[in-house]
Amino acid sequence: MFIRSLLSINRCSLLSLVRTHSTSSNTTHFGFDEVPEHEKQARVNQVFTNVADKYDLMNDIMSFGVHRVWKNYFIQVVRPNPEWNYIDVAGGTGDIAFRYLKELNRFHPSSSSSSVSPPDPSPQITNANSSEKTLVYPMSKCVVADINANMLAVGKQRSLENNLHDRIQWIETNAEKLPFHDGQFDVYTIAFGIRNCTHIDRVVSEAYRVLKKGGRFLCLEFSQVNNTLLQYFYDQYSKTFIPPMGQIIANDWKSYQYLIESIRVFPKQTEFADLIRSCNFRYVNYENLSFGIAAIHSGYKL
Amino acid sequence: MDRLYGTHKPTNLVQKSILAVGSGVMSILDPSRDDMISIFGETTGVLALKSMQEKMIVDPEGDEILKKRPVINTRTVDLNFLKSLPAGTLGKEYSNFLAKYNLTPDARRPVSFIDDVELAYVMRRYREIHDLTHVTLGMPINMLGEVTVKWFEGIQYGLPMCVLGGFFGSVRLGPRHTAKYLNLTLPWIVRTARQSRLFINVYFEKHWHKPLVEFRRELNIIEPPPKL
Repeated sequence: MFIRSLLSINRCSLLSLVRTHSTSSNTTHFGFDEVPEHEKQARVNQVFTNVADKYDLMNDIMSFGVHRVWKNYFIQVVRPNPEWNYIDVAGGTGDIAFRYLKELNRFHPSSSSSSVSPPDPSPQITNANSSEKTLVYPMSKCVVADINANMLAVGKQRSLENNLHDRIQWIETNAEKLPFHDGQFDVYTIAFGIRNCTHIDRVVSEAYRVLKKGGRFLCLEFSQVNNTLLQYFYDQYSKTFIPPMGQIIANDWKSYQYLIESIRVFPKQTEFADLIRSCNFRYVNYENLSFGIAAIHSGYKL
Repeated sequence: MDRLYGTHKPTNLVQKSILAVGSGVMSILDPSRDDMISIFGETTGVLALKSMQEKMIVDPEGDEILKKRPVINTRTVDLNFLKSLPAGTLGKEYSNFLAKYNLTPDARRPVSFIDDVELAYVMRRYREIHDLTHVTLGMPINMLGEVTVKWFEGIQYGLPMCVLGGFFGSVRLGPRHTAKYLNLTLPWIVRTARQSRLFINVYFEKHWHKPLVEFRRELNIIEPPPKL
C-alpha cells in the first residue's frame, strides 16, 4: 500500500486523482486527516448526526444566506419537468427537493396532486441500507436519499410543515450503492453532499447507472476559488469564523472544522469534470458560482 | 499554534473574541447551555488564572498541587472509601453530596481554549474543586447556594465568569431567597471569602478523613448561617 502511494505521485493527474478519490486506495481524506476508508463513513455519519438539527441555521449564518441563492439558481439550471422521475441524493434536510417541487408548482400547477403510490398518510423513511441485492423501483416522482437518518428526520419534519410530504419518498441509503434498478431517473442531483462521500467515483458511476438514457447528472458543490485575493479572504474567513460559530450555535467545533477542510481537499472544477467524464458522462461542463466558492457540474448519459 | 494538551483547540485572538462574545450572549439567552458558560470562563479568565497561578506558587500546598497536578474523577478518587468514612468528615460529606444530587466528578467539561498548559490545569482544578467548595461551605445546589459559591469564587479568584455569575444570578433569585440572601448569606460569604485561605491552594484529597468542623477552622471559615 505504501509502494502504491509512492507510485501514484508519478502518475498523471487524472489517474492520481482517481486513486485518491477512488476505490483502489485504502485510505481517504477526512478533512485534512488521512483515515482508513471504513472509518470515513462512520466519522461523516457522526458529523451529520451532531449537526442535523442546527444544519439549516448554520448554513444561513456561515454563508450569510447566500446558499439560498445558489440553490435557487441550481433549480433553475435543472428546469424541473412534471413528467420526470427525480432523485436528490445526500438530500437530507430537503432543501433541493422542496425547491424542485415548488418550482413544479409554479410552472405546472396541475402536477401538484399526490404522486406517491400507494397513498401514504404518514411519510415513511424506507431503510435500504442492507447490502442485499434486491433492487426496487422508485415509489414517487421525487425521491430524496441520504445516508444519515437524523438528516432525513429533519427533512421529513420540514416536509410536513410545508405540505409536500405526500410527494416525496425518503430513503436511507448509501450514495455509492443505490437500491434502485438501472435507468430509473431522468434527473439526478447531489448538492453539497458528494465531498462527504468516501468514493466520489463510485457515487458518479452509480448516478450513471440509475439514470435513464438522456438523463442528466447535476452536482452543486463547493469548489476552488479562481481569484488569489479572494482566496486569501475566503480562507481567513473560513478558518477564523466558521469553527467558533459552530461551537457557539451547534456546540460542535470539530464538525465545522471538518467542513472547511473537506472543502479544501475536494478536487477543483476541471479535475472533477474529468472524473465525471471518466464515468462515461457526455457534454460535461461546469459553471462557477460566487467566483468559484461553489460550482455546478453537469453531464448527460447518452 | 500546536496543540499543547489533549483537549486543546488552538485559537487566535479574533476567534477568542467571537467565542467570548458569542458564549456570553448564549449563556444569558439559554442558561441550560453549560458548555457556553465554560467557554465564557475560559476565554475571559486568563488574567485571573495567571494571578491564581502566582498565588499558588508562593503557597507550599498550592505549589505542590501545581507540581503534582492531581485530578478528581472516579478513577482517581475511591468513592467507596469516602462512603465508608465516619459522618461529619470531609470525605463522607462529599460522598453524601454527590449521592444526594446525583452528581459525578466526571461531569466537568474539559478545558479547550486556554493556550498554556499550566493555566489550563489551574482552570481544570478550579472546575474540579467546585463541588468540594459547595461541601466545605455547606451550600446546596439551589439557585441561592450556587450564587453564594459564585460570589465566593469571584472574590477569591477574580474570574470574570464567577463575578458576573454571582452578580446576575442574584438578580434572578425569588423573593424568599432574596431576603435571605441580602440579610444572611451575602454578608457572611463576603467576609468568609476575604478572610479564609484560598481554596485553589487546598489539597482537598489529603483531608478526606478530617471532620468538617475542624477543616473549616483550619481554613478560617466562619460556620455557615443556619438552615440554608
